[in-house]
Amino acid sequence: MLQGWVIVVTSFAYLGLLFAIAFYADKRADAGRSIIASPYVYSLSLAVYATAWTFYGSVGRAASDGVGFLPIYVGPTLMIALWWVVMRKILRISKQNRITSLADFIASRYGKSALLGGVVTVIAVIGILPYISLQLKAISNSYTIVLQYPWIIMPAKIDARPIMQDTALWVALILAAFTIAFGTRHLDAAEHHEGMVAAIAFESLVKLVAFLAVGVFVTFGIHNGLGDLFDRAAADPKLSAMMTPLEGVAGGYASWVWLTILSMMAIMFLPRQFQVAVIENTNERHLNKAIWLFPSYMLAINIFVLPIAFGGMLHFPEGNVDADTFVLTLPMSEKQELLTLLVFIGGLSAATGMVIVETIALSTMVCNDLVMPVLLRLRRLRLNERSDLTGLLLGIRRGAIVGILLLGYLYFRLAGEAYALVSIGLISFAAVAQFAPVVLGGIFWKGGTRRGALAGLCAGFSVWTYTLLLPALARSGWLPISFMEQGPYGVALLKPLELFGLAGLDQITHAMIWSMLANVGAYVTVSLSGTQSADEHRQASLFVDVFGQAGEAGGARFWRGTASVPDLYNLLARFLGSAAADSSFEDYARARGLRWPGDALIADGDFVHYVEVQLAGAIGAASARIMVASAVKEEALTLEEVRKILDEASQVVMYSHRLEQKSRELETATTDLRTANERLKELDRLKDEFVSTVTHELRTPLTSIRAFSEILREDPHVDAAQRQRFLDIITKETERLTRLINQVLDLSKIESGEAEWHESRVDMKEVISDTVTAMEQLFQERNIQVDARLPEWTAPVSGDVDRIIQVMLNLLSNAAKFCDSGKGRIEIALSERGGWQRVDVRDNGPGISPADQAIIFDKFRQGGDTLTGKPQGTGLGLHICRHIIEHHGGKLWVESRPGEGACFSFTLPIEHAGTAALAA
Amino acid sequence: MGKQVLIADDEPNIVAALEFLLQRNGYIVHIARNGDEAMSMIERLKPDLVLLDVMMPLRSGYDVCQRVREREEWRHIKIVMLSAKGREVEVNKGVSLGADLYITKPFSTRELVARINELLGANP
Repeated sequence: MLQGWVIVVTSFAYLGLLFAIAFYADKRADAGRSIIASPYVYSLSLAVYATAWTFYGSVGRAASDGVGFLPIYVGPTLMIALWWVVMRKILRISKQNRITSLADFIASRYGKSALLGGVVTVIAVIGILPYISLQLKAISNSYTIVLQYPWIIMPAKIDARPIMQDTALWVALILAAFTIAFGTRHLDAAEHHEGMVAAIAFESLVKLVAFLAVGVFVTFGIHNGLGDLFDRAAADPKLSAMMTPLEGVAGGYASWVWLTILSMMAIMFLPRQFQVAVIENTNERHLNKAIWLFPSYMLAINIFVLPIAFGGMLHFPEGNVDADTFVLTLPMSEKQELLTLLVFIGGLSAATGMVIVETIALSTMVCNDLVMPVLLRLRRLRLNERSDLTGLLLGIRRGAIVGILLLGYLYFRLAGEAYALVSIGLISFAAVAQFAPVVLGGIFWKGGTRRGALAGLCAGFSVWTYTLLLPALARSGWLPISFMEQGPYGVALLKPLELFGLAGLDQITHAMIWSMLANVGAYVTVSLSGTQSADEHRQASLFVDVFGQAGEAGGARFWRGTASVPDLYNLLARFLGSAAADSSFEDYARARGLRWPGDALIADGDFVHYVEVQLAGAIGAASARIMVASAVKEEALTLEEVRKILDEASQVVMYSHRLEQKSRELETATTDLRTANERLKELDRLKDEFVSTVTHELRTPLTSIRAFSEILREDPHVDAAQRQRFLDIITKETERLTRLINQVLDLSKIESGEAEWHESRVDMKEVISDTVTAMEQLFQERNIQVDARLPEWTAPVSGDVDRIIQVMLNLLSNAAKFCDSGKGRIEIALSERGGWQRVDVRDNGPGISPADQAIIFDKFRQGGDTLTGKPQGTGLGLHICRHIIEHHGGKLWVESRPGEGACFSFTLPIEHAGTAALAA
Repeated sequence: MGKQVLIADDEPNIVAALEFLLQRNGYIVHIARNGDEAMSMIERLKPDLVLLDVMMPLRSGYDVCQRVREREEWRHIKIVMLSAKGREVEVNKGVSLGADLYITKPFSTRELVARINELLGANP
């Protein structure tokens, strides 16, 4: 049975387990073997986004609005896609400046303004209270409901209960104690809470498993799968209406868009999200995986929202069970004790995770940006003279945690009953969205000023208070309801839900439009109309140009003054304790190849900046600035001087950019030259080879000619027949020589592009019969039968007729040369196909081996029977032929199998009507 | 008995001229038209002198020369390389491979015959 004590014991056991995990992670971190330095843990810790609101509230929202619950999860998914641009920059800035919180970030950006940090803190605390109260409500409600097991009874109104018996109060107090144990065990200069992050990541797993378990149970345990569930829902007219997306949300498109934008801002600027995403981040590269892991988590935890909502509405058709409790009441009504317990723990995970991280983040802000600056300025407290302030810092934070949770409880008592879970959360979302303009503007626009940021935040927050917070209090009866219905003092234009007559929107959209308008308007206008101080100018540059700066040294360039090492040491020790101060100094000395204590350190700008950054890690940038300024003698830089330093830096950057560009250009030029040189070398080599080949080809016939001439000259007794034979050889070799010289010249003309081409209409039939006639005698001498198959009529081609005849003669004489001696036969065919005239010249010679086919078109490469010696030829004919045909746009190729003759074919394009007209 | 000379060249007209010249000077002439044929004829005939063209099909004159010089029992065979390639590198290559003589085409017939006679120790 699920008795009260079972639930309480289980809850405490679970919290104990979390604490053990955190303790272990802290121990590992101290030993230098962090377990949270992983993109998976980082992504899971981001899932602290999913609170009790997701766990219980999504189903409630789905039950009333259908898929209207989705924008809250679509927003983060969209936003995280932009993280590579936005979050990477915020991370880099925060690491370099040792930012401790969102308030610290904003204060730092706008000249380390303590006032701005304070304002941000106030807005954050007030804005987040509803959200914390939501978690308290969820825990206490779920506890109350589970306690009734197996009966399902909705919790009574809070007012009906005396305060000391209110579970929510006890929950708040227990959580405060737990958070103090978690977050303020010691003071970390970097505000890292490794143990907390590990526990949060674990909680993210637990709530996901619990929610999926209910989803699976409802879908497959109670119903027969998704199909069955959706069929039943579709059969119910009330449920089927929920499946159309835009009708589900009041206000339609505008609502969808604003809710999406709102949650895009929330994933960045909720204090707890800033804490886990920025402050606790251990490695910028974790972003890469988080960009897809986190949306996957979001998808997984939303998959069963609609099925559970449908399941609940089918199961409790009377409507007497609050849809926010379906996740819990469905397993209860089916008497699933273990599942009920798991769900309760899952909800507890979602709520405690949020509360712990949120209050730690807020308490840091309250301490560093609200309380400390004030205390440090109160001279009569003489804080500057106390040697160790770490105890004080921890005390303030613990106080802040208790205070924030009690305020959350107060809001729960005041307004918690007026809204469903989701609506409460949205009010907080709208509050933190007010930070978006000053943060995003701050990292991308150097012009934003401190006054502008103050004006924007105050304007936006005022509108938020007026349009969201006051109505919430009015609805709960704390303000007269006429304030909402008629407007204050009866001025209808000021009605908080229809400001200046803007009606017809849902409350959140309405509030967002007005608050963003006021916020951005004031921020931009005031920024543009005022000037920046030297501090603001410097910080703006450091933030906006963070990727251009040379690391942490960025801030040191702006410091001028005198300081002493002991002063700096005492300052650090006072806030961090002497152990931490020692190790900080050791790190600084080691980075410069020195030892501390031992070597003398120089208290220059670098060192002072280093100390200030270390200090900022503990007490925030604004307080650190005040403390450092009080401990050392500083000369204030004028705005002009800051500008000069920045200009110099930007000139250096520009120079190095130009240098880089020049050296890139040089590199390209060098590569180009090298390629050109390689090409020249290659051409040179080809030319050498050509000359050497031509020489060889010239010398060979010359050798025969000379040898026979000398024989004939020196020996008058050579008989007549032989004399005749020798003279014939001399004549033939001379002809060969002439041919070779002509062809070399011809080729060089064609290859160099100097050959003249006389375009005209060419009738291929005529070309073929002319060339055959010209070679008639040769064919007869060698007893070769020529068979030309020519069509009746052929379309003319366009080309240089002499060149085409040259090709034809070359192919025919080759064919004649290789023909079967004695019964040689040459077939010529002319055919027309697809715009081409094709000529085939087939012989019945020995054929050409595949290896030879590959080379015969190359210069000075001849095929032939290698056993019987070379055929007579220059080795240039086919090469020139191919050049000619390709010049005409055609192709020349050979098909042959050894022993079966060879067939040389070429194609020429048929003259177009257009070119025909030109030629005519 | 006349000395045996093997002519290895793929140019039929040059072969015809050399054959006529050498026969007229009393040598017994054999003819090979490519490198492989040259190798097998050397093996079979063990000629006194080989006239080797460098650019031959199947196996180059350089290759034939090298193979002949690898065989101890063929030390006595004189090798005269004939080539249309006359650059210094090519001449040196032929000599370094063991040719007794490297003659560039076109050549003086009178001089060629004189050098062959000299190599074979015959009177002109």
